[in-house]
Parts: sequence; structure tokens; C-alpha cells
Amino acid sequence: MAGKTINIKLKIWRQAGENKPGKFESYEVNDVSVDMSFLEMLDVLNENELKKGNDPIHFDHDCREGICGMCSLYINGKPHGPKHGITTCQLHMRTFNDGETIVVEPWRASAFPVLKDLVVDRTSFDRIMQAGGYVTVSTGGVPDANEIAIPKTVADEAMDAAQCIGCGACVAACKNASAMLFTSAKVSQLALLPQGGAERKRRALAMVEQHDAEGFGACTNTGACEAVCPKEISITHIARLNREFTRASFSGNETDYQN
Amino acid sequence: MSLESKIPAGPLAEKWEKHKFNVKLVNPANKRKFNIIVVGTGLAGASAAATLAELGYNVDAFCFQDSPRRAHSIAAQGGINAAKNYQNDGDSVFRLFYDTIKGGDYRSREANVHRLAEVSTEIIDQCVAQGVPFARDYGGLLDNRSFGGAQVSRTFYARGQTGQQLLLGAYSALTKMVNTGKVKMHTRKEMLDVVTIDGAAKGIVTRDLVTGKVESHAGHAVLLCTGGYGNVFFLSTNAMASNGSAAWRAYKKGAKFANPCFTQIHPTCIPVHGDYQSKLTLMSESLRNDGRVWVPKDKKHAKITAAEAVKLPESERDYYLERRYPSFGNLVPRDVASRNAKMVCDEGRGVGVTGLAVFLDFADAIKRDGQKTIEAKYGNLFDMYKQITADNPYEVPMMIYPAVHYTMGGLWVDYNLSTNVPGLYALGEANFSDHGANRLGASALMQGLADGYFVIPYTIGDYIATLPLGQAVDKSNPAFAQAEKEAQARIDKLLNIKGNQTPDDIHKKLGHIMWEYCGMSRNKEGLEKARGMIQELRKEFNKDLKVIGANEELNMTLEKALRLEDFLELGELMVIDAHNRSESCGGHFREESQTEEGEALRQDEEFSYVAAWGYEGEGKDPSLTKEDLVFENVKLTQRSYK
Ligand SMILES: Cc1cc2nc3c(=O)[nH]c(=O)nc-3n(C[C@H](O)[C@H](O)[C@H](O)COP(=O)(O)OP(=O)(O)OC[C@H]3O[C@@H](n4cnc5c(N)ncnc54)[C@H](O)[C@@H]3O)c2cc1C
Ligand code: SF4
Ligand code: FES
Repeated sequence: MAGKTINIKLKIWRQAGENKPGKFESYEVNDVSVDMSFLEMLDVLNENELKKGNDPIHFDHDCREGICGMCSLYINGKPHGPKHGITTCQLHMRTFNDGETIVVEPWRASAFPVLKDLVVDRTSFDRIMQAGGYVTVSTGGVPDANEIAIPKTVADEAMDAAQCIGCGACVAACKNASAMLFTSAKVSQLALLPQGGAERKRRALAMVEQHDAEGFGACTNTGACEAVCPKEISITHIARLNREFTRASFSGNETDYQN
Repeated sequence: MSLESKIPAGPLAEKWEKHKFNVKLVNPANKRKFNIIVVGTGLAGASAAATLAELGYNVDAFCFQDSPRRAHSIAAQGGINAAKNYQNDGDSVFRLFYDTIKGGDYRSREANVHRLAEVSTEIIDQCVAQGVPFARDYGGLLDNRSFGGAQVSRTFYARGQTGQQLLLGAYSALTKMVNTGKVKMHTRKEMLDVVTIDGAAKGIVTRDLVTGKVESHAGHAVLLCTGGYGNVFFLSTNAMASNGSAAWRAYKKGAKFANPCFTQIHPTCIPVHGDYQSKLTLMSESLRNDGRVWVPKDKKHAKITAAEAVKLPESERDYYLERRYPSFGNLVPRDVASRNAKMVCDEGRGVGVTGLAVFLDFADAIKRDGQKTIEAKYGNLFDMYKQITADNPYEVPMMIYPAVHYTMGGLWVDYNLSTNVPGLYALGEANFSDHGANRLGASALMQGLADGYFVIPYTIGDYIATLPLGQAVDKSNPAFAQAEKEAQARIDKLLNIKGNQTPDDIHKKLGHIMWEYCGMSRNKEGLEKARGMIQELRKEFNKDLKVIGANEELNMTLEKALRLEDFLELGELMVIDAHNRSESCGGHFREESQTEEGEALRQDEEFSYVAAWGYEGEGKDPSLTKEDLVFENVKLTQRSYK
């Protein structure tokens, strides 16, 4: 295995800034070790470009371990590339063939404007969170952590939802550019846990309202989001969000429908 | 100059309670007349910003990522310690305190560490109230595990993503306060300098990473919650953009930098595979509970692959940790495991193509417990390993090597978390305060949240209450314009060098120097050599750096260059500190100070102090101030794992 290399061609979206025109540029990278990560391959390309006096290709990344949600590339027509259940930074070059042409684009959605090249602005996600993605509790004066027992199955399901890394792949994959998978993951986590109970109604309504205000589209249940989600967040959370939303729209006060 | 640690008088267990009573209070109605700047929104910063805003202060919070949810804290896997004693296995505040002091090899303050242990329990309550989905047992109560060789089960966890869940909890608290308008969040903004007026911190200068705009922000106090500086080594387990600049800029404005050479090198990381390597991936330390560490006995088998290893007979293998440390075996502390891996590789017995790796073998564990059991315990880690290396650890041994992981050193702070610059505070990994010369597993998350949720909200009052009421910081003070001008001049300087080496070229060179001479093992000659090499490299940087593009755009090359410039200075200070401390302690191993068996030997008579370094000007040696460490509640012992 060690020492094996491939040559690849790349078509990468270049765009100088928000509201500036963009286009694909072609690049070649030779002698790419198959043990390299995809982002390391881009690093090598960027170092070469920089040495030639060209501006490197800008892309977002930070942890390079699949957890921060920063990396966000649309590779060969799929968010986070061809493999299932991983982020772009976890993709390795052994996935590609010698001589292959790889097409790299940014997330495309009106609520995620391109800032430069492959970097997009995802602050719309933060604003959805600000609308209600929290429990209103201040520091201090809270009950002992073991005061309320939570069935393991419930805690585990809440954790399944809580694993969302806020990357936006679900939006990029959706033909409606809907962010329902992202929004539902947080609503679901907090709806499942007793701590989130008191604000269920307000939360579901406010987060969906903000989701729409940001220009994300409606969910038509195509399931494209689930298929590309690196954390395998299930669309059953969208179903739960829909239930929460419906109940919230029709019930008068928060306590009507606790659990 | 001497440093006032402000440790309250009285018995250890009463210090914090008494101090909370004695600190000055700011009237709730007056809090809204004060603005506080929080730089960094990882665990320490997000928890501090949220809590201060809840109390009524106006907060401006900054981070360089596009969202606070992406801070480096997100990557922590293992867990967070707390002295809850839910398992009834003999844990207590005092035991957590004792373990932390001892684990730090007696180079931290008793009072700070005790406070940390005290508030640890409140952290867990707080997180659960926020909806953090910690692991639970079948009865629905919180589950714990034993971590990093601890003798009690006090570690709370959320699958392998504890840092993520804690950060999302703190982020939700912060987000809630953004929604109320009490916190103004500034994302993709990097702090370039601290603004001081009459010696007190009154603001910061930032660069907008999208537009390049350099501007200043005023506040009555500035909190640096900017994380650690492990990336000085280029390769580390830290996120790519983690850096030391905020702390370094504070140092150059007069704040002392404490114990800069104290670095934690984690034994179980995936080895470097090529020059193109961009960062190192941590494999959880829990793997050492079942994996056996070995290398070939004979050099002639050096550099064998994992596939070949399976065929190497037992008689040809050296399980060196089990051999050297019969009682602790593969579970020796992080620093000991790391140093031993380096030793066997230096002897020429390392494995894999580079020879810079050792095996971590699960064959015996799988034979003993069955693949199912091992899969249940480590399945996700094995998958991750396979993902990265294409080797299957169920069939062949893993290969691991130590990597830089955490920096115990940082800005010097007193008991109130204040640096020696009035109004300037440091929280989380950015300060030096609680981990001495070696940090225990699952204790960084605890410290970050302790500082942010439970310490600073009280201690900041002591300073704020001394400020004149109702007086906004005067932005027209020339100090602001001056600091902006200096930051802009630095940017222009870097853009105009127009040399041939990229920031990564130079950063890799710095990394090599640091790793070679100021890494797992250090000696006088090497450190002297390294200092000269770093000075030369700085000259190279100033003459030959290549940055493309302009300031007025998203320019990641420029961002790297700005951070690297500071790393090049900070690296030298680390070397100076390592040179000064001619004892071994914790993760700092000076070859001149070892026992007959080659273990770290502390020199308590001479070195039982915090080394706080002060900036004395360009080209001048830094000054050293010693804060003596006083131990009244624990007896200093030499660690032994034989
Ligand atoms: C892989 C890995 C696993 C770990 N696992 C564990 C574990 O299991 N348990 C444990 O206890 N600890 C663990 N640690 C250590 C722990 O995660 C960190 O020490 C801790 O999270 C640091 O938190 P912090 O809030 O101090 O800083 P960080 O989370 O690093 O946050 C720094 C913040 O400062 C901002 N910032 C920095 N500089 C600037 C600037 N100049 N301008 C503006 N903003 C700036 C960043 O944007 C960010 O918001 C682990 C570390 C790593 C690398
Ligand atoms: S739901 Fe999945 S794809 Fe969408 S933001 Fe979360 S992790 Fe990313
Ligand atoms: S860089 Fe953090 S998830 Fe990819």
C-alpha cells in the first residue's frame, strides 16, 4: 500500500468574492500519495499555486477530524464526496483512480452565499439556533444532574440527533435547499429530553420561522439530506419536528402537550 | 518585580467560599454599564460570555471561525472529570484535587486546583440542565468511566464526542444571550492586538477575515479564551487554525507568560505518513486498556509493516512498557509512554515505513475476549483508524506514535484569573493555571468550563467594582488608533516581503526544530542550538516570506503568516524556559535530570516555582519572575510506575 501514488485532474470553482462572477479552473496534481487526505491534496496544490504566484484556492476547514463541521466541499456532485457517513476532511485519495478528473464546488444555496472560491457563509444556521435552539437556563442554581433519570434509550436517541455538526451538507444536497434536517436535529434533541420540555412549543415555531426567513426551502421528503449527512442524522427527526410544529401551532400553552 | 497570586488565606477547602464572599460585588443595575470583551468562544470563552451576559454585563465576543460552535474544543473525545462520586467508589473533591496536583508533578497551585475540583460537580449539573446528552446507564442515571489510569470512575462522557456536546451546550447558552442582545457575536474576526491605556487593558484590535478591515473595540475588561499553542510544532492534534497569537500579543503588551515549555505529548496518535501531512489524529488513550505496545527486539526487523508484524514470533517482540513497568505496564502516564516510544525508535527499532512508530496490538485481547467485545468497546476508533490508514486493526496491529497535544503553559494569572495587566484575564487552555507540568485526561474540558461558568463571573467583580461608574472607555484615546496603525503596519510588512517561501515552508522548519530540541526530551546543548536556529529562521521569515493577494479580501495565506510570525517568537521563549528549567518534571524531560532507571527527576529545592517570563523589548532577553509554589496539603513524592 505504502508509496502508491496517482495523478489526478481537478476542476475547481473559483470566485473572487461574494457577488462576483465565478468559473471552473482546471488543475493537475501528480504523484498524489493515496494515503493523503483530500484536503492534504488541496494543500499540496495550493502550495504549488502559491509558489507560482497564484492565489491559493480558499476552502474552509479546521479540525480535519470530521467534527467541527467547517469543511464543506461538493465533490463530483456530492456533498462531502463519494463516500457515505464522512466529511470532506475524512476523505482519502485512495477513493479516487489514477487519471480521474475530480470536480469541486462550494455548497450552493441562496442562504449560503459564497464568500470566496469554496468558502460559504453559513451564519444563517447560527441565526436559526438563536431563534430557539437552547434551553433557557442561566448558570447556577440548577438541580443535581442525577435528579431526573432519563431512560437510556431516550438519552441515546437525543444523542443521535445532537451529533449534527452544522456542516450544511443536507442543504447542499436538497433540491429545495431546505435546512430541515439541521433544524430538526436540534428540535428533536431538546424535545426528547425533559430539560427541553418547557419551551417545546416556542422552540419549534421560532426555529422553523427563522429557517424560512433565511431563505431555506420547504422539505418535500426526498431524503437526499439523510443520504449525504456525515453524521447519519435520520429524517425521522424531521417527522418529529413536523409533529412538534403541528402540535405547537394548535395548542394554546406550553404545558398542554408535555411529553 | 514580584507577582501577587492573591491566593486567599485560610484552610484549603474554605478558600474559595471565603473568597467568593470577600470579592467586591457590582450592583446588578450597574453591570449593564460595563462592556466586556471576550476573545475566543470555545468552552472557556462561550461559557464566560454567556454567564457574564446573564449577570447583566454587555459582552462582545470574538472568534475566527464562522461560528462559535466550531472552536477547537469541539474535537475533545474522551470526557470530562467531576468529583460527583456517583459511582460510590471513593471519589471526593479532595481526591480529584490530589490526583490533579500529583498528575501535574507538583508544579501547580494548590488553591487553584482545589477550586477546580470543587466546582467540577456544578459543571455537570449545568450541562445536564442545558440538555447535554451525557451517556446514561440502564437505570437512567449518568454513566462514568475511568480515564487515563485514574483509580476511580469520575469521567462523564457523551459517546466519543464529549467536547462537541459540551461545546454545543455552551454555544446554546451563548446563543440564547445573543438572541437577547446582551452578547454581540463577531465571527471570522481575529484579534491582532490588545489595547492598553495607562497599563490597563481597554480593548482589542481585530482583522475581519472576510474584508480585511482592521478596527478596534473598546471594553472595560478583556478576557482571552483563545486556547493553546501546540501548533508551534506545526504538526499536532490541535485544529489547523489554533494558534498562540492572542496570548503572545498580550505578552508583548506586558502580560507574563508562565511555564511556556510545558507541553503535553500524547502517546497514541496516528504516525506521520509523509511530508504533506497537515495534522495528527489522536487515537483515544483508552486503547491502551487492551492494546499491547511493542517493537521488534532486534534492529534487523525495524521498519516492518503491520502485515509483517503478525508473522513475527513472540520471541522476537519487545513489549517494552510491560517489561520496564511491570506494575503499570501499558497504562503508564502519557509522558512516560511517549518518552519510551521515542526511546525505542531512537534505538532504531521503530516500525512502519518511516521507522517512527510502535505497534499497539489487540491480537491477545481479541483472543481473550472475542472480537465482539473489542468491537463494542472500540468499534468507532477501529473504524476511524481504518479510514485513515487503510489497515484493519482487527487483523493487524495499529501503528502509533506520540504527538503534541496540549500546552500546560500559558498566560500567567492570579487566583482571580487576571493576568498581571489590570483588566486582562486569561481562561481555559490559554492560561497556565491548573495542570502544572502535565495535564490529566478529561481535565481540560473541566477547567475551561470551570473558568467560564463558575470562576470569572465572581472574580471579575473585584476589578470592575474599582472602575468609575458610568464611564465608557474613550475610543478617541490615541492608544486605539496607534494599535490599529501598528497592526496594519504588520500586515503591510508581511505582504511586502515578497520572498519565495510559503508560510507552511517556514512553519514546518520551525516545527522540526521544536520537535527535535524542545519535544519529548530536551538537553542544554540542544536547546542552545535550537535558540540560534529559531533566530535564524526568523530572519529567513522576514526576508523570504511569500504571501499573495491583498489585505482587503479573504486571504488565508496572510492569516497563516500573521500567526506564524508570533509562533516564531513564542517558540524561542519555550526554548528559553526549557533551558532555564534544568530539572525534569511531568512532560518536561531534561536529560540531565533523570533517575538511574532513566525516569524524570524533579529538583524541588531549586525548581518548585512557576516561571513567569516578561517581555523586555525587541532583541532583548525576557525577564524571569518566579512565583514560589507552596504545598501545605500534599506531600511531594517522586512518581514511580515500576
Ligand atoms: C484531539 C483532542 C482531544 C481532546 N480530548 C480531550 C478530552 O477528552 N478531555 C479533556 O478534558 N480535554 C481534551 N482535549 C483538550 C481540550 O479539548 C482543550 O484543551 C480545550 O477544549 C480548550 O478549550 P478553550 O476554550 O481553552 O480553547 P479552544 O476551544 O481552543 O477555543 C479557542 C477559541 O479562541 C478563538 N481564538 C483564538 N485566537 C483568536 C484570535 N486571535 N482572535 C479571535 N479569536 C481567537 C477561537 O476562534 C476559538 O473560539 C483534547 C484536545 C484535542 C486536541
Ligand atoms: S444534519 Fe447532517 S448534513 Fe445537515 S448540518 Fe447536520 S451534520 Fe451536516
Ligand atoms: S475540518 Fe472539521 S469537520 Fe472537516
